[in-house]
Amino acid sequence: MSALIETRDVTKVYHLGETQVHALAGVTADIQEGEFVAVMGPSGSGKSTFMNLLGCLDVPTSGSYRLAGEDVSSLTSDALAGIRNRLIGFVFQQFNLLPRTSALANVELPLLYAGIAASERQERAHAKLAQVGLAERADHHPAQLSGGQQQRVAIARALVNDPKLILADEPTGALDSATGVEVMSLLQELNRSGITVVLVTHEHDIAEYAARLLGFRDGKLVSDTKSSPADAFAQAAARHAAAVRAPA
Amino acid sequence: MNFWATLRAALAALRVNKLRSALTMLGIIIGVGAVIAMVAVGAGAQARVEDQIKSLGSNLIIIMSGNLTSGGVRMGFGSQMTITEDDAYALQREIPTVHAAAPVLRGSGQVVFGNSNWATQIHGTTADYLEARQWQVASGRPLDQGMIDAGAKVVLLGQTVAKSLFGEADPVGETIRIRRVPHEVIGVLERKGQSMVGQDQDDVVLIPITTARKRVLGGQQVKNRNVGSISVRVRDDVDMGPAEQEMRDLLRQRHKLSANQEDDFFLRNLSEVLAAQEASSRVLALLLAAIASVSLVVGGIGIMNIMLVSVTERTREIGLRMAVGARGRDILTQFLVEAVTLALIGGLIGIVVGAAVSFGVGHFAEWRTEVNPASVLLAFGFSGAIGVFFGFYPARKAARLAPIDALRHE
Repeated sequence: MSALIETRDVTKVYHLGETQVHALAGVTADIQEGEFVAVMGPSGSGKSTFMNLLGCLDVPTSGSYRLAGEDVSSLTSDALAGIRNRLIGFVFQQFNLLPRTSALANVELPLLYAGIAASERQERAHAKLAQVGLAERADHHPAQLSGGQQQRVAIARALVNDPKLILADEPTGALDSATGVEVMSLLQELNRSGITVVLVTHEHDIAEYAARLLGFRDGKLVSDTKSSPADAFAQAAARHAAAVRAPA
Repeated sequence: MNFWATLRAALAALRVNKLRSALTMLGIIIGVGAVIAMVAVGAGAQARVEDQIKSLGSNLIIIMSGNLTSGGVRMGFGSQMTITEDDAYALQREIPTVHAAAPVLRGSGQVVFGNSNWATQIHGTTADYLEARQWQVASGRPLDQGMIDAGAKVVLLGQTVAKSLFGEADPVGETIRIRRVPHEVIGVLERKGQSMVGQDQDDVVLIPITTARKRVLGGQQVKNRNVGSISVRVRDDVDMGPAEQEMRDLLRQRHKLSANQEDDFFLRNLSEVLAAQEASSRVLALLLAAIASVSLVVGGIGIMNIMLVSVTERTREIGLRMAVGARGRDILTQFLVEAVTLALIGGLIGIVVGAAVSFGVGHFAEWRTEVNPASVLLAFGFSGAIGVFFGFYPARKAARLAPIDALRHE
């Protein structure tokens, strides 16, 4: 069985005036369906570029990328939009919710572009909001929600199209550590239900939730370590308990 | 993304910045309002001219006595009575394209009924006069040939005269005195309104030409059967030009003018004057509409400006929408629908404002205006087109953003 994500010698070169920046200098990696992977590295290591490629927000300069068996490295921008819509859910550091728009409407957004009818959109969006524990807040606007709640709305939005892959870019970066733990447990729960999660972070604490860690430096994949899922879960549970006990 | 969802999203986006949306619409509101009002004023002026043509008779020609040259000094119009009653009968008899020709002896004087009196125009004419002027009697009966032949002392009153002598009472059958000569009122003429020089055409009494000559007006007109003017109506189905030429030739022949002599009469074709007036009012209306449409274009540029600002402000939103699956054309449609919605709402308000201004001008300035349904549709369609035209560039700019750059935008 082929992996969900297969990258083969993927490079990305940016042109900044005269100079060429090799953001990715040949990355080969496989991620199996159902994995929980953290991508780490200092800024400028290429981890964000790698995430953008995985998320089909950008295409590689060379090399190939197969997502769920389909080569997406040479697709048109419309086709990429379709793949993002069907297969991928995004969770951003700054939540990226539409302001002055209800939580429900925010969650519905991907379904709108999938061409789903209004009644089904609402039904599915409601179900996902309930899954992240915000069924009561469906009518609230982002400004009326706490940071943690906003991020959970964003996770519900990422889930609403039943994607195979969730890409989380510093999902706890704008949250205090207690809410960060809540959000991470939610992602972990989703992973255990079978969704592949790829997470970018520069915090080791957060990376420990993942079962596998990809280390980037200077545009290259420099380390690929696995910790047993049991260990990871135990650590996470311990951290969670500590955070709840001592709300600093 | 279906149309209704897009429209709802556009309205929501416009509601976010209510003041800004309203100010952006203002350009379109003023533009559309001005176009509607200007076209209404222009159409009103044109309708008024058309009414005047109708009241005069578009194929009416008035022949007047010409000038007299004595010892090299040319006198003005009517300085001598050169045309005669018989010229009128000859025109009627000998030119087939003449529908009716009526001689008119013109004078003025006091008309008296009981203890009220009124100074008015006295026209002595024949039974054909009403036919030539396309004029009907509102009540009573018209002059007939018997009355002309007999020199009967009967009179038809213009509306103004009837009102000033009789008020609301029915004058038919009463006897009035015209320059002290008693006449029986046999009828009242229909209202004719103002002539194009602003003269009240209803301030007149019509009496048989024979009576006028012998009893009422007298003077120089008694001699030679001279008259002041002849009113001629040409048949509806013929051209005015050749008909006029025939009349001129006949009159010159009757007046025994040699080839090197000037005409001793004048032909005035009123429809030409009115056509020129109509043309100038049409040009004026077009000019006003053109100026007004400049403000529509300015309004369109305002929309473009605001949409560009909006695209920049909402770059992250665009990035997010793209990340969750919006294609370029979804984004294009969204911003285009926003621009068009802005323009069309502005257009609708502009139509209401334009109609209100037209009504106000009509009501308070007593200047006739007509709101033309075609101009309303045109203005509405035009504002939609402006939305598309000026909204397209910003929308395309939004649609062409790279999702990754849009998401990273600060």
